[in-house]
Amino acid sequence: MAKVERKRTLNDESLHEFLREMLLIRRFEEKVEERFRAGELPGFLHVDIGQEAVAVGVCRAMEEGDIFASTHRAHGHALASGTHPNAVMAELYGKVEGCSHGYGGSMHLYDVEHGNFGANAVIGGGLPAVVGAGLAFRMRDEPRVAVAFFGDGATNIGTFHESLNLAQLWKTKTIFVCENNHWAESTPGWQHSPVWDDMSKRALAYDMRSIKVDGQDVQAVWEAAQDALEHARGGDGPVFLDVETYRMHGHYIGDPQVYRTREDRDNAARHDPIERLRDRLGVSDDEFASLDAEATGIVEAAVEFAKNGTDPQPEDALRNVYA
Amino acid sequence: MPEITYREAVRDALGAAMRADEDVFVMGEDIAEMGGSMGVTQGLVDEFGPERVRNTPISEMAIVGAGIGAALAGMRPVVEIMYEDFLTLSLEQIVNQAAKHRYMSGGQVKVPLTIRTQGGAGWSPGAQHAQQLEAWLVHVPGLKVAFPSTPEDVRGMLWSAIYDDNPVIVFEHRLLYPVKGPVPDELEPIPLGKARVVREGTDVTVIATGPLVHRSLEAAKAAESDGISVEVVDPRTLQPLDEDALVASVKKCNRVVVAHEAVTRMGFGAEVAAVIQYKAFDWLDAPIERVGAKFAPLAFAPVMEQFVVPGPEDVLAAIRRTVGK
Repeated sequence: MAKVERKRTLNDESLHEFLREMLLIRRFEEKVEERFRAGELPGFLHVDIGQEAVAVGVCRAMEEGDIFASTHRAHGHALASGTHPNAVMAELYGKVEGCSHGYGGSMHLYDVEHGNFGANAVIGGGLPAVVGAGLAFRMRDEPRVAVAFFGDGATNIGTFHESLNLAQLWKTKTIFVCENNHWAESTPGWQHSPVWDDMSKRALAYDMRSIKVDGQDVQAVWEAAQDALEHARGGDGPVFLDVETYRMHGHYIGDPQVYRTREDRDNAARHDPIERLRDRLGVSDDEFASLDAEATGIVEAAVEFAKNGTDPQPEDALRNVYA
Repeated sequence: MPEITYREAVRDALGAAMRADEDVFVMGEDIAEMGGSMGVTQGLVDEFGPERVRNTPISEMAIVGAGIGAALAGMRPVVEIMYEDFLTLSLEQIVNQAAKHRYMSGGQVKVPLTIRTQGGAGWSPGAQHAQQLEAWLVHVPGLKVAFPSTPEDVRGMLWSAIYDDNPVIVFEHRLLYPVKGPVPDELEPIPLGKARVVREGTDVTVIATGPLVHRSLEAAKAAESDGISVEVVDPRTLQPLDEDALVASVKKCNRVVVAHEAVTRMGFGAEVAAVIQYKAFDWLDAPIERVGAKFAPLAFAPVMEQFVVPGPEDVLAAIRRTVGK
């Protein structure tokens, strides 16, 4: 996994790289929407637009050997952790060159080499495994951490509670990254959780350390993730990252969002993490246009790569069932 | 050969595997100081310590899921689910996660996880502590399922399960724990996927699993006095299934009874019957008989429980039907 910084502060160069990465995710996701609507991508997809700073901030704080479990909204995590855009795009096209070789798809991106032990399409489904991996790291005394990404919707399912309890009880080398975008599919936070506006109360119930962070501020996310990872890595126990973020698009591509007010969507748009970082760094229009062109070029190339990829043979479906 | 109980055989395998490999550890409810609700893990915590013999909260999803994660991270965990009825609580983790990680990753990861559990009727625990649910799991690609019936088998097969790179569910049976049987001096691994002819015969093949192996042996003895020679075959592993061994016996005896303690309808025996009719249709001289529990939950009152659960007399009656006696 690409290591950006060990220090607790980021220089402008690193932040520029974060901007480049976030922009790449944004353009990637926009392209995915476009190609899905054009009928080129099978299945159904969930894009990360609005939540790029969480993916980049957390993944760039991880170190070589750290692993993570992702969610149905997985593209950003995969890209930010170092999986080549070609491999992610090829997976979405169901090609052999895809990061899961066509077996997984959008909701099951894997890339073990970059620490990605799988995106999960069952809400909360990947959490217990992250506890188990963190337990293994502890038992073997390895300086590694297992990271779980999940949304606010996952905080109501049994695996979440059982996982937090066990992780804290056994002080596993685990961090829980709650991407609170205030929506469980179409159900708003206030309809699904009594503590929807302060998820750290969930961690409190398990006596777990929590850190609240603005998920639209990539620097803040990176710093919080650094803090959490070091805490867990040192064997001091798991940490709950309570990340406030915004889902700028629908739950899935094509979601008409009939359940969502114009005001709410406008509010999310006002919390664009890319605009925010751009302003902070004082990136000029020309410079931004150049970054944008670079990201767009990478994404276009990824689509070309994917379209020219190899289709699996039908009977390949019978491989990889057993080790 | 020395004789040990089925319970001791399970413990032997766990201890031997943990001695052989630091990456093997066990976790489950009440398995440490208490030694497990069936006494299987007694003494292990004294030898291996609480780090490797881990008492867990009552938390089946997390027990199995943490096992999956530790396996993904390269260890060989053995988790115990106290009763297979409680396996239902962890089913999401078993079916969607353990069984599918390797596949969904296109072969990048493996899940060398062993899940031990036990069930079985005959002691009036009621409807939620004695079900036989192995058929639920043999239906899921990516899982292996074992159901050893003797001390020798459970010791050798549990070892193989632990060192298998796939998730393996090992079903044990409560009533078998005190049953003694001969075992080799040294632990000998028994490969998964190999059936065993428990008793040779020429007239009727009884394909039986778990406790029904023992009940079928009783039935076979009774049938012998009627002049019927019964062969008893134990598949031992339900997935992968040793179809060749079953079919070979059927081709010899031409009559078949399939017997398990689980509910007959849609049970494991239905698949066995389907395999046999397809692969040995021309050798069959009688319809395939099936023996299993009647289609009802397990009642508390002993007379009702006994009525539902198949005994030796049910196997014997089925044997007689196949030969028209």
